[in-house]
Amino acid sequence: MSRFQEKGARFLLTLPPAAYLLLFFLLPGLMMLLASFRFPGDYGGLAPWYYLEEGSLTFDLTLENWARLFESTLYLQLLLKSLLFALLTTAVCALLAYPLALTIAASPKRHRELLILLVILPFWSNFLVRIYAWMIIFSPQGALTEGLNQITALLGLEPVNLMFSSVAVITCLVYVHLPFMVLPLYANLEKHDPALLDAAQDLGASRAQRFWKVTWPLSLPGLYAGAVLVFIPTLGIFAIPDLLGGTNGIMIGNVIKQQFVESRDWPFGSVLSLVLTGITLLLVVIAGRLGRTPGALT
Amino acid sequence: MSRRNPFVTAAAVAVYAFLYIPLIVVAIFSFNDSRLNAEWVGFTLKWYRQLLENDAMLQAATNSLIIATCAAIVAGVLGTLAGVALHRFRQKWLTALVLGPVAMPDILIGVSLLLTFMLMNISLGMMSIILAHVTFCIGFVAMAVQSRMAGMDDTLLEAARDLGASPWQSFRLITLPLLMPGIVAGMMMAFTLSIDDFVVTFFTAGVGSSTLPLEIYSMVKIAVTPEVNAISTLLMLLTLVLITVLSRFSPQTLRS
Repeated sequence: MSRFQEKGARFLLTLPPAAYLLLFFLLPGLMMLLASFRFPGDYGGLAPWYYLEEGSLTFDLTLENWARLFESTLYLQLLLKSLLFALLTTAVCALLAYPLALTIAASPKRHRELLILLVILPFWSNFLVRIYAWMIIFSPQGALTEGLNQITALLGLEPVNLMFSSVAVITCLVYVHLPFMVLPLYANLEKHDPALLDAAQDLGASRAQRFWKVTWPLSLPGLYAGAVLVFIPTLGIFAIPDLLGGTNGIMIGNVIKQQFVESRDWPFGSVLSLVLTGITLLLVVIAGRLGRTPGALT
Repeated sequence: MSRRNPFVTAAAVAVYAFLYIPLIVVAIFSFNDSRLNAEWVGFTLKWYRQLLENDAMLQAATNSLIIATCAAIVAGVLGTLAGVALHRFRQKWLTALVLGPVAMPDILIGVSLLLTFMLMNISLGMMSIILAHVTFCIGFVAMAVQSRMAGMDDTLLEAARDLGASPWQSFRLITLPLLMPGIVAGMMMAFTLSIDDFVVTFFTAGVGSSTLPLEIYSMVKIAVTPEVNAISTLLMLLTLVLITVLSRFSPQTLRS
């Protein structure tokens, strides 16, 4: 291929998708950055950010929206709570995913494909259906709540209501994000050389020692990858706290949604969204670093 | 790893149960002859019948199908170009641009597009939803195509060139047919993601452009009714069919 044709091919292949994403992904990001410095419009939306008066241009921008973030501890608390929820979700996901991934990696090769598909299958059912399932399970008339309350009654405790609680929110967050932890962990565990465990056993290592000295350290890159894949989407979620959390369970995503849809304060909504973007980018960079740790098995 | 620990296996079985019991509960109660999703009363199909008479739900289902088809076609074309470009030229900025929407939390894509559509005077409706869905679907098609490219034998292209094929001819007659399974898998993934999407649609939909997930959301917000179980069960069946077909085409795409 001549150099001219090579350039032409590069242009034709790259331009359409790049132009689309510049227009509908990068530009919206920049618009949001600008919006975070603009005044809200009188009826929601945004006020004009510049005026042309008698031939002179004046900009009408402000730092007020950003200042509002720090005016009270309300939003910082909310952010902290969302980070805590995401951290808890990630930890529980890791706890549940580990035995599952270990079992799949240890099963015969011909079964692995199917076992992994069984992990992914629920993930492909509609997001709202999966939340709705937990609304049924946690409902006050449900078997779970009634069963629990028979136990609490025997113990002489107050009856519990799981619906609209943090427990309900975190259970559902774990449920929705679990496959994101299982897949990278399994991909990692599957590659471990069984000879390492044989060698450890020959040298007299107990079952626990074999796990903590061989399998566990080698699995850390998979665990980190899974943690990022669970943590990032969890942090931005709003539908789960919205439907299962009540007033106590709200997260940063709920406030962003509220600013854009209900109170229609787009500048402040943009500020909150940019904070979330910042945290996401930071996590992606950290994950990139961890992925490149020397000796890491990926 | 040959030694299996019975406790670990038992824990794994419990996690599988955790994954499936909620969905099975939804499906079972869709056939239950009671308004409450609490105890089994008797078998009925009346919730499915009611669903068929629900015009808003049928309209939403039609909208969802139109949107997902359009989004899959547009994302299929743009994603294929992007996938080939990513494999051939390995530009870092293009990778970031294509995979960015995949990595970002949905809500950020939703609100930033809402802002942009309003400022660009694009009215919110089916069109804005399709534009938004294509944004996050391109990356998935590109990944499917790229992984297919990576497994391709470059000598075929060299042979075509030696035999006098122009770059366009070798692309159309060799690269494209070989990429087809990847493209089809990517487009089906785009279709599934689009038809399932709630968050991005929530922010970019307007009056009269409700989709199935939006309709389910507004029903669930008001009350838990067996009609929602019925539509959920139907959606699960649809996804099951799509996944079965998809796994025929390209099992590795499902995992990415």
